Amino acid sequence: MLPPIFGVLFDGIAYGMLLFVLSVGLSVTLGLMNFVNLAHCAFAMLGGYVTVTLVNIFGWPFLATLPVAFVAAAVTSVVLERLLYRRLYRASDLDQVLLTIGLAFISVSVAAYIFGTIQQPIATPAALRGSFDFFGIGLGKYRLFLIGIALLVTLAMVIGLEYTRFGAQVRASVDNQRMARGLGIDVDWTFASTFALGSGLAGLGGALAIEIVGLDPNFSFTYLVYVLIVVSVGGLGSIAGSFAAAMLIGVSDIAGKYYVPELGAFLIYLVMVVVLMWKPAGLFGKR
Amino acid sequence: MANPTPLTPQGYLLARTRWHPLEILFWLATLLPFLVFPNYLSLASQIAITALFALSLDIILGYAGVVSLGHAAFFGIGAYSAAIFSKHVWGEPFSGLLVAAALAGLFGYATSFIISRFRHLPLIMITLGLGLLAHEVANSAHWLTGGSDGFQGVSTEPIFGLFRFDLYGKTAYAYSLAALFIVFLCARRLINSPFGLALRGIRENWNRMPAIGADSRAHIRKAYTIAAVIAGICGALLTQTTNSASLESISFQRSADVLVMLVLGGAGRLYGGLIGAAIFMIARDQFSGIAPQYWYFWIGILLVTVVMLLPNGILGGLSKLLGRWSRK
Repeated sequence: MLPPIFGVLFDGIAYGMLLFVLSVGLSVTLGLMNFVNLAHCAFAMLGGYVTVTLVNIFGWPFLATLPVAFVAAAVTSVVLERLLYRRLYRASDLDQVLLTIGLAFISVSVAAYIFGTIQQPIATPAALRGSFDFFGIGLGKYRLFLIGIALLVTLAMVIGLEYTRFGAQVRASVDNQRMARGLGIDVDWTFASTFALGSGLAGLGGALAIEIVGLDPNFSFTYLVYVLIVVSVGGLGSIAGSFAAAMLIGVSDIAGKYYVPELGAFLIYLVMVVVLMWKPAGLFGKR
Repeated sequence: MANPTPLTPQGYLLARTRWHPLEILFWLATLLPFLVFPNYLSLASQIAITALFALSLDIILGYAGVVSLGHAAFFGIGAYSAAIFSKHVWGEPFSGLLVAAALAGLFGYATSFIISRFRHLPLIMITLGLGLLAHEVANSAHWLTGGSDGFQGVSTEPIFGLFRFDLYGKTAYAYSLAALFIVFLCARRLINSPFGLALRGIRENWNRMPAIGADSRAHIRKAYTIAAVIAGICGALLTQTTNSASLESISFQRSADVLVMLVLGGAGRLYGGLIGAAIFMIARDQFSGIAPQYWYFWIGILLVTVVMLLPNGILGGLSKLLGRWSRK
């Protein structure tokens, strides 16, 4: 028999994986264009609602809706990027914060208008329900599935960024935008597609999150805080950093809620403030 | 700006301290609610308090360029310390106000050492994190603050022992307006002083100001502490005029709302926050029939529009129009 700490650790890691999928896109786009996108979780919420609608109204199987959630969030984000974000790339932090907070507000209202303020129910396939018994610890099947997906995403991102031409362009643009332009890389296009990919991943994360944390119109703001913490603790533009930070925040949040529930969310905010005071650029940040 | 004689720094600052007729008109207009809208005096009092809060954010955001997403922390500290003071010490309002201002200032001074080290995204994150931390502390310290149930037992005595805080909000508005006016005078003096000029310099170029003898970090620390003191006063005013204190006073929502108001009115202008707060609060009162989640739809649209079309807020747009008009 294993002590319960392993169960807590498992849940924490699964939660951290979810946070990673939600936040990795923001980390890359923030590192790439220095654009403070507080509407990132609005794209995640969009993915979540796409999945809920397809499953509950059109009767699609849960797994088939995940790619749709990805595509829906990616397409919406690229439309907004072309219409609004693009004009503010050179604007101040404040203007970017205001525009994207405005979009997040709008997303909350639109979601409340269409779907109501209640928590959305979701039926996951029978194969993902229940849990395995592993030396006396219940390992939720859905959480195992989540860890698997997150690892796949990580692998795909690492391969995509390290070993492809597109990845090389993205890395070049992150490191030195002016030089990358000089070498003939279309930085605008690179950014638009990275932005779409990042938001798409957020949409996928939003769809995956329903089973774990639920979905209501305030998702845009509730998880925005977590995502921003992960991104700033991990360091901008760093996938490994986001991964480590997501694990750190996931495990400390679950462990904090399990062992010292009276502290509430206090612990993760404290972790963030302490890490940022120690390393303002985040654990793996370059600047 | 067609000035034949070259402008000395002293002359420039002096010219800015002169009172414009429109300003005098503005302050006379703040007395109108007593005569014209006697039924809306409690709203007017809320507006005065919120306007003062926006002014305090303006000092750090509009003038010093420090973007804060957690300014409500100081508002909340002020609100709770005034509430606790009135319950456990005595209910005399002025001393409560002073205690709240001092405590908020103390916290502001302590955190200013963190704030002044950061800029850009880490700064936004740190202020957000500190604001959320303050909210969590207020939420979990149930024995002190009442947590999510709200604080019980605020008792505010009449001002000077004579003017009771009545149901119609007459005293409340007079009290808040007086506080707003006095603090505004101080802020106006501060902004038009060499210190205020240095803050604007830091906003424009953080690295160059130390080279001409204005240490950016020390200036940011002072400005941040002053803003915290003012925010604490606002919180205490709200507690005393409404006889209650709740978690709402320290929430992220309040930090975001005040940012919206300031930007709507025009950041970096003394009257920006005041105008923005008045428009925001009156609109919210008029649309109070709408459920809050739909109200935020319009706030979102407004934000996107202001950022895209009116980069300097309403006052910025107006002064641009005036400038174009007077040139013709």
